[in-house]
Amino acid sequence: MTGYILRRLVFMVPVLFLITLFIFFLVRFVPGDPAAIMLGTRASEENIAELRAYLKMDEPYWVQYGVFMRNLASGDLGDSIRQRRPVTDILAERFPPTLFLVGFATVLAVLISAPLAAVAALNRGTWIDQTVRVFALLSLAMPAYWVGMMLLQIFAVKLQIFPVAGYGEGFFGHLDSLFLPAMSLALAVSSILVRSLRNSIIETMGADYVRTARAKGISGSNVFIWHVLRNSSMATATILAVNLTFLIGGTTIVETIFAVPGLGQLIVKAIFDRDYPIIQGITLAIGVLVLFINLVTDLSYAVLDPRVRF
Amino acid sequence: MAASTATTGNVVTLSTAAETAQLQPLQRSRAVLNPLLITGFVIVGLVAAFTLIYPLVSPWHPSDPNFAEPTFAPSSWAHPLGTDNFGRDTLTRLAYGGRIDLVIAFAATFVTLVIGGLLGLLSGYYGGWFDSLMMRLVDFTLTMPYLVLVIAIVAILGPGTWNIVYAIWIVGWVAYARIVRAETLVARRLEYVEAARVVGMDERRVMLRHILPNVVSAALVFAMADMVLNILVTSSLSFLGLGVQPPNPEWGVMVAEARDFFLRDWRLMTYPGLAVLIVGAGFGLIGDGLAQALRPKG
Repeated sequence: MTGYILRRLVFMVPVLFLITLFIFFLVRFVPGDPAAIMLGTRASEENIAELRAYLKMDEPYWVQYGVFMRNLASGDLGDSIRQRRPVTDILAERFPPTLFLVGFATVLAVLISAPLAAVAALNRGTWIDQTVRVFALLSLAMPAYWVGMMLLQIFAVKLQIFPVAGYGEGFFGHLDSLFLPAMSLALAVSSILVRSLRNSIIETMGADYVRTARAKGISGSNVFIWHVLRNSSMATATILAVNLTFLIGGTTIVETIFAVPGLGQLIVKAIFDRDYPIIQGITLAIGVLVLFINLVTDLSYAVLDPRVRF
Repeated sequence: MAASTATTGNVVTLSTAAETAQLQPLQRSRAVLNPLLITGFVIVGLVAAFTLIYPLVSPWHPSDPNFAEPTFAPSSWAHPLGTDNFGRDTLTRLAYGGRIDLVIAFAATFVTLVIGGLLGLLSGYYGGWFDSLMMRLVDFTLTMPYLVLVIAIVAILGPGTWNIVYAIWIVGWVAYARIVRAETLVARRLEYVEAARVVGMDERRVMLRHILPNVVSAALVFAMADMVLNILVTSSLSFLGLGVQPPNPEWGVMVAEARDFFLRDWRLMTYPGLAVLIVGAGFGLIGDGLAQALRPKG
């Protein structure tokens, strides 16, 4: 197990390297002087010269990259042009709402998808199965920005059941404020989840141990809950992890619509402000987060399923 | 273990129909039209025809404010879906907007399919350092959310319609490279491919004539899901203000513009969203139909 974790951590190195390379060149590919860009339009000549010297801008790229990595290792991602504060401080503030939103959306997606998939699998080939299929097809094509705007207008503006914007206070405040944004994301993911989960349940229902359980005389519903669903939960975890990047990408849209003070809203704002240090920081943060969650998912197999050995 | 094979190493897999289905070579399964495929083609065909033809016959201008016409007009013969806050004809705007979305999504998908497919073919056929490099790029791109990568690249290029296409070109080929590479690894070990090589055919011919037809099915099925994704990305970025700029019509822009008028007129926001939904479902059906048609029988 320890060996496996170590091996996985080593595998992460090239990907992390590419992420840092990407964000390093992100600023250097923008037309103009990177130092001037990092400092924004109001920077003085002396400041720009100072930053150029600090980042060794006149040296070759690999020296600059070395400086960049050294700063990164000490937690220095530069200062935001707009907010004139360290990027790391801003990221620390913006991280929790996004994490909460993604977690909430995941829970909602499972709550929507699992019953639909189970019902479809149990009524395979009937009109019920077909209806679930149509739902999955439509939710695949449904634009998250549109669903978000419609939910916002109907449930927040017109009916005033949920807050229009923000993050709320305390755990239940967050739940209340993030319900509509999480729902918009969950609907978008559930199409993939419903399809894969349905197929996985059907596959499991044909397994030998399920037949054995039935032959032992265990009632149908017990077999379904304790043998079929439990084994299909592994597939769900995998699919969720695989589509995590999709969920995180979606936060850019729903956070903008619902004014959630998270990373997704920040990166869209940063583009309009040409706040490149922020864009670099968020890209790095999201990449590391995804790598970490993938690792945790793979390790959680061992907990969910005792048959898995590393 | 069905579940644990989905994540091998740290390569994160995309879940698509192409992943699980063992698909048949394209040429061997010609003329297998199924209801899914037909319905999909009819939907996409109708929408495409509408966006092509309607602007030619419509008397209205898609973006200039028209104060001679009533604003928020209900449906009528003159304005089948009514007018917006500037008196512009909604149906005309939908047609022009759809044209942009479909052209962008097609340009993005087609180029990534060809380039990604060829790189995947080379990568799977030759292996070696080129393959390692490709796979590290795949790992990286699949670690980053597609939308965030596209947004980051649009940040460099600046907001604009074609910049979205360039951004998708830069990141989108990776998915195809990965799918085609995996299929190539299987196909190159097939006996007739070995035979063709033994007979002394040159490598390019083996790749293009013997391997490519075997591996292109999976890429095509994925391309249909990718069309949906690219329509969503294009309209999402335009919705955020990073793509097509108002007053030009585009489905995402139309939803964004309708936000202030929802309580006054809910239709302005509903129609463009439905348009995305319909054309997306059409491509989704084509993808499902293709997967079904190409799946080996029995």
